[in-house]
Amino acid sequence: MEYLKELEYEAIYVIREVAAQFENAAILFSGGKDSITIAHLARKAFFPASIPFPLVHVDTGHNFPEVMEFRDAFANELDARLVVGSVQEAIDSGDLMEQKGKYASRNMLQTPALLKTIERFGFDACIGGGRRDEEKSRAKERFFSVRNDFGQWDVKRQRPELFDMLNGKIHKGENIRAFPISNWTELDVWNYIKQEQLALPSLYYSHMRPTFERDGLIWPVSDFVRLVPGEIVRPRRVRFRTVGDMSCSAAMESGASNIDEILYEIENAQTSERGARIDDKWSEAAMELRKVEGYF
Amino acid sequence: MTNGLKLRWNYGKWKDTFNMKDVLRIAAIGSVDDGKSTLIGRLLYETKSLPADKVEDLIRASKRRGFESPDFSLLTDGLVAEREQGITIDVAHVYFQTPHRKFIVADTPGHEQYTRNMVTGASSSSAALILVDARNGSLLQTYRHFFISHILDLSTIVVCVNKMDLVGYRETPFRTITDELSSFAVRLGFPKAKLIFIPLSASLGDNITTPSRNISWYTGKPLLEILETIPISAERNTLPFRFQVQHVLRSKLPAFHDYRGYAGKISSGTICVGDTVTVLPAQYTSVVTGIDVAGKRVESAQAGESISLQLSMEVDLGRGDMLVKENNMPTIARSVEARLCWLTDRPAKLRSRYVLQHGVRRIRARLDRVKSVIHPESLEEANTSETLAMNDIGDVTLTAAQEVFYDPFARNKANGAFILIDEVTNDTAAVGVFIS
Ligand SMILES: Nc1nc2c(ncn2[C@@H]2O[C@H](COP(=O)(O)OP(=O)(O)OP(=O)(O)O)[C@@H](O)[C@H]2O)c(=O)[nH]1
Repeated sequence: MEYLKELEYEAIYVIREVAAQFENAAILFSGGKDSITIAHLARKAFFPASIPFPLVHVDTGHNFPEVMEFRDAFANELDARLVVGSVQEAIDSGDLMEQKGKYASRNMLQTPALLKTIERFGFDACIGGGRRDEEKSRAKERFFSVRNDFGQWDVKRQRPELFDMLNGKIHKGENIRAFPISNWTELDVWNYIKQEQLALPSLYYSHMRPTFERDGLIWPVSDFVRLVPGEIVRPRRVRFRTVGDMSCSAAMESGASNIDEILYEIENAQTSERGARIDDKWSEAAMELRKVEGYF
Repeated sequence: MTNGLKLRWNYGKWKDTFNMKDVLRIAAIGSVDDGKSTLIGRLLYETKSLPADKVEDLIRASKRRGFESPDFSLLTDGLVAEREQGITIDVAHVYFQTPHRKFIVADTPGHEQYTRNMVTGASSSSAALILVDARNGSLLQTYRHFFISHILDLSTIVVCVNKMDLVGYRETPFRTITDELSSFAVRLGFPKAKLIFIPLSASLGDNITTPSRNISWYTGKPLLEILETIPISAERNTLPFRFQVQHVLRSKLPAFHDYRGYAGKISSGTICVGDTVTVLPAQYTSVVTGIDVAGKRVESAQAGESISLQLSMEVDLGRGDMLVKENNMPTIARSVEARLCWLTDRPAKLRSRYVLQHGVRRIRARLDRVKSVIHPESLEEANTSETLAMNDIGDVTLTAAQEVFYDPFARNKANGAFILIDEVTNDTAAVGVFIS
């Protein structure tokens, strides 16, 4: 069987298991390429029925405007319900506190906002686009990953997962994170996007943008990051390889303006996909620590 | 920058070679510290699967721990606790490709305490690399992992006699291990033709991608070449048709007014529009009138495909029900004989009730008899036990509340395995295979 097909069938199987095993599941939708891929797979999994899950987006208030626009249009076209959890609201109501200083980011605030949203809507399962090849602690994930009633991931007590049998039985208050594209690599995702002709937010493709350099990475200029003396703004031809907040996603210099060129670029890349994720560089275990607290 | 280069690169050609590669799923198994993580890290490194920033991260992390040369195990031991203790706790999956093949590799823990995670990694693989430290020879855990791989019916086992550098690259320790495990394979009934032995050094890179000059007495292929040529079986298509309903699809779209699709993944066999199928447990027949594969109309479908089927009659068919072909029925029974690997610290109790999940179907089942507990090294069967403790392997009789539609695992893997779920903890307590 063709490799991409095998991955597609596996993902559809997992997505259908979520629909069958849970009463109130959702798709975590960031507007990035992985969640777009997930939503597309969900459409195929249930066709001609509609997707039985809402799309949940945790809006940090620091998103790329292109991504927000894309998100709304996408949900509309999919005829899916969009649920937005807002970090800004949580800050305004005093539930969360803004970080300070040069590296201030709302990335850490995303997790509590996500957990609140899950609680508020009573979601018992959330489908995420996490992939094992992205990052070393993600490499440890199961298809169905149990979170306790504080949303936390207990890495030492993960359930065994045998063959393709998924055990989503949980106690009240617990929930499941499901990762249908666990076994996809970055290259697989792009290859699939090409094959299925999926539209993506424009910032995945080469474009000119005002940027500055910090710690060897190219940061996008935005209202959310304060420049310090000595940092010089300069327009660069860039694209983004992963899309998070404007305060945690660095760009890469690239002329790749279509999928073929991106595939070529990834095949020959000297850096890894998350090499430009500022939130991963905070420490050696940055991702694991965030995941333990409930990030996906 | 990619500009300028793009002209010479052709997507169509690339895609064909990329998609046509087959994929081998392998698990690295064996006792604690025998070098599983190091070997996988070495494979990634030698196949140039690591981008420069990951190599830098690795060197930095190794230095921080006082190592002069890169400690490859840090690549897959990604959790804080694993790095602190220098052991693998949970399975890591890593991905790499060569011009010939794509690989999904599960790096599993050697610690007995985490055997359940090794079983997780092995169950999704079709081949295993068993690592053995040349200095220590085969240990209890080596035998246990071999035994488990055999129970799970992994098609090929490559025994990697590792750390050859620490025994002066001598042949004698390698021979000893070869003899020990060959005779174990005979006792297990594991086919000799599917057992391969190779001496290597994961940390120094001997016999990984090229033949090692330090081990000139070894005339076989280096590891990567072995991995690139292990046969991948495609027999699932030639087995009888088995299809479990995962989910029933109904559409609100006017164009699909009466649509009722039975969604699921074909476990084995093939199906065509027009085929007559028998519905279990109800035992009536119906005809397939339509097949959708991932949202597209097709005439036929095969094992492994996630499809949705339409039938000629409005039938009462729900999650867990099975479609088969009339002349090729599975075994139908309430009382079943199975071999179990017990995976949780709450021991199995005689006459306890569990949820038996066979594929996607869940039914209640009672543990009626523990016939024997099998010692993983001597393979001797103790017949006196009333229980199975964590990591025990034993043969049992289970009685289910409803009939189970299964095939013996030895004949059909996809319809021959199940798990037991502990209803108190909701944990997956055991994995089992139907024996007869
Ligand atoms: N000299 C030598 N040392 C090795 C070799 N392979 C691995 N080691 C060392 O053996 C130790 C254990 O290696 P790991 O790769 O962590 O072992 P493991 O099998 O993954 O261990 P667990 O997953 O915890 O069971 C490390 O200190 C390695 O550097 C080898 O070929 N030669």
